[in-house]
Amino acid sequence: MIVAVASGKGGTGKTTVAVNLARSLAGPVSLFDCDVEEPNANLFLQGEMDRTDEVSLPVPAVDAAKCDGCNECGRLCQYHAIASFGSQALVFAELCHGCGGCMIVCPRGAITETPRRIGVVETARQGEITILTGRIDVGVAFAPPLIRAVKGRIEPGVTAILDAPPGTSCPVIATVTGADAVILVTEPTPFGLHDLTLAVETVRELGIPFGVVVNRVGVGDGRVHAYCAKEGIPILLDIPDDRRIAEAYSSGRLLVDALPEYRALFSELWRAVGELAAKKGREPEVAR
Amino acid sequence: MRELVVISGKGGTGKTSIAAALALLADKPVVADCDVDAADLHLLLAPEVRERHEFISGHEAIVRAADCIGCGRCAERCRFAAIHQRKGIDGRIVYAVDPVACEGCGVCVRFCPAKAIDFPDSRCGEWMVSDTRVGPMVHARLAAAAENSGKLVSTVRKEARRVAEESGRDLIIVDGPPGIGCPVIASLTGANWVLVVTEPTVSGEHDMVRVLELARHFEIAAAVCVNKYDINLGMAVRIESAARANGAFIAGRIPYDRKVTEAQIMGKSVVETGGPAAEAIQQMWRVLCRML
Repeated sequence: MIVAVASGKGGTGKTTVAVNLARSLAGPVSLFDCDVEEPNANLFLQGEMDRTDEVSLPVPAVDAAKCDGCNECGRLCQYHAIASFGSQALVFAELCHGCGGCMIVCPRGAITETPRRIGVVETARQGEITILTGRIDVGVAFAPPLIRAVKGRIEPGVTAILDAPPGTSCPVIATVTGADAVILVTEPTPFGLHDLTLAVETVRELGIPFGVVVNRVGVGDGRVHAYCAKEGIPILLDIPDDRRIAEAYSSGRLLVDALPEYRALFSELWRAVGELAAKKGREPEVAR
Repeated sequence: MRELVVISGKGGTGKTSIAAALALLADKPVVADCDVDAADLHLLLAPEVRERHEFISGHEAIVRAADCIGCGRCAERCRFAAIHQRKGIDGRIVYAVDPVACEGCGVCVRFCPAKAIDFPDSRCGEWMVSDTRVGPMVHARLAAAAENSGKLVSTVRKEARRVAEESGRDLIIVDGPPGIGCPVIASLTGANWVLVVTEPTVSGEHDMVRVLELARHFEIAAAVCVNKYDINLGMAVRIESAARANGAFIAGRIPYDRKVTEAQIMGKSVVETGGPAAEAIQQMWRVLCRML
């Protein structure tokens, strides 16, 4: 089963839900930190680093001896990543999406591809949890290729929890595509509600079963619950506004370790997520 | 023209609440909401939309099933796994593009031997110019599951500068997106200052250090404030020293204050309702004014 934890609004508790779910499961589980711009899961799980693999994107390299400056490549490229201004074609690697079109279109065979590093995937282990963290290099703009590299490590048959980045744009889509169920984490505030409605729109567009976790219940008002009731969206878990949770989080402690009374809630959450995913015809793993 | 961009690295640290408060404290600002895929500033500033524009950016490949000869060259060449085989209505094998996976590179369009793939402009959202009680506001909405958020951010900033020039205002306060990727880079390139809003947590520290690295990469001066600092004072102190070590200066500390959320529920900024957080933000604004 592949479960993505996403949110729309940032800072609602995606990583908290993802890491505590992973910790509450019996048996092996892989946690994929797909928030490659700001990966945080292993700050909490403190897994021992096993290996680091570089991830690169193929970008064009122009053979000066062969290029005659015809600019066929520049006319094809939609990203302004390659262009000739009457002379040898220039490459702007930071704009390249790696589509390979320039290489195919070049009539003189002057373009080859060369890898450009965009970040790393780190593998760490903590007990039965494997943590795979994507970490984009500072200054690199496009996260989706790195997210796809992280997800390329999903193994069939091993439970996968994906920690998504905030928002609703391409990095989120790249993360949740292919998941069996999505947990949308929000908070009961006007900002939380507004961004939840955007996230719901996006997940509906993708056609993946989803439910909502409301974090810090008590801090705001009842409009998130009312919205979910009206839309027929299941509330999978309410996490109360508890200063002890915020304090444990601030120093990097796991909620289910610092406050064991919450462990049952996460087991119950996993059961509810399994029911959601079963809509896609798969069985949930057994919670501890 | 001065531009102050409020960013955070980590989401949910209080960027929007603080950007709205600064907009209220500033003398005749223009406000820009660059968190285009989860914009919230309008919930506090209640903009009255005066102009609304479609945001057209990039293209989307669409196979005309009737003209598809089923050769599959498009699917072979697509690096984004966006093209899939399916059965047409007459039982022939045809190909179709998944609009969500398509990155609009145009390779399939160019190399289709039957010229059966259209490449229309893609509508990715909208942007608006509005009036608010603090002054003009430029904001946007990215369409669900759409691309090009960085270009939409650039559009919002460009329009905010135009509006500022036209209305004789010389300070733009930008509410930025979380992270360090494309929309953040588009939010801060060429700005005068970034204000990084962080929180006293291990993830707040980790994410702040990365966003300060990004600011340095683009040579933009950075100020930092620790929001809800009293959740973990020891961590707040540690973060402030990490911020200084990364070349930032400390603009202020804001205490945890339930009045911030209470104000949000009323559609107001906390500086309009008052309280300890409001006082700390006012103090921080005086510091920021000396720097701007």
